[in-house]
Amino acid sequence: MSTTTLPSAMEAARQRLDAWVREVIEWHFDPATGCPFWLNWAANAGWDPRKEVHAYADLDKFGGFQDEWLRGGPVRQWVPKGYAGKPVYIFETGGSTGVPKARINIDDFRIDYENFSKTLPDDAFPMGADWISIGPSGPRRLRLAVEHLCQHRGGICFGVDLDPRWVIKLLKRNAFEEVELYKRHVIDQALTLMKAHDNIKCLFTTPKLLEALCERVSVKKLGITGVFCGGTEMTPQFHRFAVEELLDGIYFAPTYGNTLMGLATHKPPTVDDNWAIIYFPPAPRAMIEVVDPDEPTRLVGYGETGRVRLTTLTKEFFMPRFLERDEAEREAPCDQYPWDGVRNVRPFSKFATNVVEGVY
Amino acid sequence: MTHLPILRHGVAYRSVDVVTVVHHRTRQPFVQISQANTGLIRRDLLRQDEARAELAAIPARDLIAMAAHAAELFMTATLPLDPVDGVTQSPQDYVEQLSSTTGLPHVLVRRNMRKIHGVLSQMGDVIAGLTRGLDISVLDTGVGESDGHLFSFYPRGHSLGVVLPNNSPGVHSLWAPAIGMKTPLVLKPGSSEPWTPYRIAYALMQAGVPKSAFCLYPADHAGGGEVLRSSSRGMFFGDASAARRFKGDSRVEVHGPGYSKVVIGNDRIDHWQDYIEVIATSVADNGGRSCVNASGLWVTGHAEAIAHALAKRLSQVVPRAADDEQALLAPFADAGVPGRVSAMIDADLAVAGATDVTAQYRGAERVKTTPDGTYLLPTVILCDSPDHPLANREFMFPFVSVVPVDEDALPELMGPSLVVSLISDNGDLRDRFVRSPHVDRLNLGPIPTNQIGWDQPHEGNLFDHLYGRRAIQRVA
Repeated sequence: MSTTTLPSAMEAARQRLDAWVREVIEWHFDPATGCPFWLNWAANAGWDPRKEVHAYADLDKFGGFQDEWLRGGPVRQWVPKGYAGKPVYIFETGGSTGVPKARINIDDFRIDYENFSKTLPDDAFPMGADWISIGPSGPRRLRLAVEHLCQHRGGICFGVDLDPRWVIKLLKRNAFEEVELYKRHVIDQALTLMKAHDNIKCLFTTPKLLEALCERVSVKKLGITGVFCGGTEMTPQFHRFAVEELLDGIYFAPTYGNTLMGLATHKPPTVDDNWAIIYFPPAPRAMIEVVDPDEPTRLVGYGETGRVRLTTLTKEFFMPRFLERDEAEREAPCDQYPWDGVRNVRPFSKFATNVVEGVY
Repeated sequence: MTHLPILRHGVAYRSVDVVTVVHHRTRQPFVQISQANTGLIRRDLLRQDEARAELAAIPARDLIAMAAHAAELFMTATLPLDPVDGVTQSPQDYVEQLSSTTGLPHVLVRRNMRKIHGVLSQMGDVIAGLTRGLDISVLDTGVGESDGHLFSFYPRGHSLGVVLPNNSPGVHSLWAPAIGMKTPLVLKPGSSEPWTPYRIAYALMQAGVPKSAFCLYPADHAGGGEVLRSSSRGMFFGDASAARRFKGDSRVEVHGPGYSKVVIGNDRIDHWQDYIEVIATSVADNGGRSCVNASGLWVTGHAEAIAHALAKRLSQVVPRAADDEQALLAPFADAGVPGRVSAMIDADLAVAGATDVTAQYRGAERVKTTPDGTYLLPTVILCDSPDHPLANREFMFPFVSVVPVDEDALPELMGPSLVVSLISDNGDLRDRFVRSPHVDRLNLGPIPTNQIGWDQPHEGNLFDHLYGRRAIQRVA
């Protein structure tokens, strides 16, 4: 049994974060290792982050990271010189609004998902078991990331693709019948694979596709022992519905992740949580905080609602103080994750009506 | 706080996701309503064939008798409201709760109760009207005989999904007969008037209708869409823009604005004073909140004099307390709405050719706030032609445009109208209205537009919506 108290664990986490911030800043703003974007930025900013950023809080000096910086090229401006010559992936975000945001990747997705792998229970996601991933592939990180997670755990990953941008177009023109046909097409392919390959025991899919799959079969009877679910917003009611009605006791791991951050881990639910979905970021590689929408440098109080603010801190990608299109309640640190988390992430209410969320 | 649970085949279910509705006047939280997620709706409705089979096993005559019993329970019994906490609802509770979240005066709630009582207690007559007098047992056997001719009907599906409105409890009388026609109900209650569908459902269940025939899913717009997509037949109530989403889907009967009208022909126009009460009733009864309330008065002469007489008459309709027996106007549950509606009207009045003639009788202010809420006062607009932007509009309060029109242009010029009360003895004009595809319900003579005969279907025929007719032959 650990004798560490939560306050001391929080302090240790904070020191680790500050040290990591210094290391990441040194990397990104060193002309030998940094990327053209940040080196140019620093040249125009009139201050040297390597001299003035000593701790996580000092990242406020960057102001807000602008959404538009990630839309359009040149994409090579984001490749750190320290990684010159390495194979580079480009991953895009949803694309439901205009030109998609893009982020370069080298090994981050592998590191994120290997870290996440440590949170998965082996009885539900057995080492050596095969997986099936039913969801977006194409320009998204998700397919490669889930496949890597599976391989990292000794499995082979089957895949069925879904194009969320097409689904959004269908929904925008009220073509619900086509949406249903497309969903059925996706689920048909998945069922064919799941019935043909007995070693598929782990499933990744999105909330809507999980519902659609469970309308057709009992995934437990098909041999699935663990479900990893993400890709879009999940409500507490969906969480309860999935656990109580869709999964017959199968382990359910909801996640909140995106191309810009990495992957947040869901705190195992307690009765007191009332099915709230509580995520903690993969600190110190990324931080998710909840801020006052009108004063984004001010964190709201624990339990209060605000806009989600993301800071990504890896040597591949530095993104300070980015305001997400989501809102949530600020969650207090806990023993397992002694840093801030978020509760019940959902579309930011001021933007919600402009974004169509679909099957994906 | 009172909580309204989801009903899943009659079984109460509390969602983690709740919406709190406030009291329209105090703005204090009044009721929490469980919200259904779309996956839950879809999953439940996979079992609708079982629900339909259970309901269909009961003879139609027995279902009609149950509906008659339910009519009495609806009016007089203390019924469940939240079975999870054992909360019940007396008839007076119902009146006060409905008034609290919608602003509808108690007297109007009671009047609507009687309307619902009427359709439940006379469900046999209603269905006879819808089927043009077929023997009700045809619903049990699917086959019947009339004048030596065989006929056969088949159910078009396993359920009727309905996205319900908030405007007036009386609209719930439109879907209730589905139970007598052996069709389970899947309802998405209105956000501020969920009370009536729950009370009707509980009354029918207590009267013996199987619980599995009732799914009530309070939900957001996505949930409403799922109710319609997952039900084999549907009804949708909503404003003009929302209603457009379901146009062209033959499974869904769309109930948008009514644009109901009173029309006075040349032969009766000189006697217009005789009809002012009928017109005033058509416009202002039920607070002007129904699609069967008249929003247009199309006249072949004396437009200005009629507009002024009507404005003077309607200026007597003023805000009163919710429990005042004389109350006719309802405040808006959202106090911001009257100002926005009034601004819309003013914007169109800026187009030359229309006047708010009520202003000189009730004062210039169309919006009035009292301790009981914020109201829109009755408004009579005099238009100089049917082309004016305000000539054919509908709002959820006593609003009517008086429109001068050449009789020869009727009824084509009017566009679609849910109800038309035609005041004319001119046979040629009557014939033109009878032949018109634009009129859903035609009243011949000075009958208020909101006077409903239950044996006369309007806004589509529920029987035709739920049942198809097939050709049939058999060996003698």
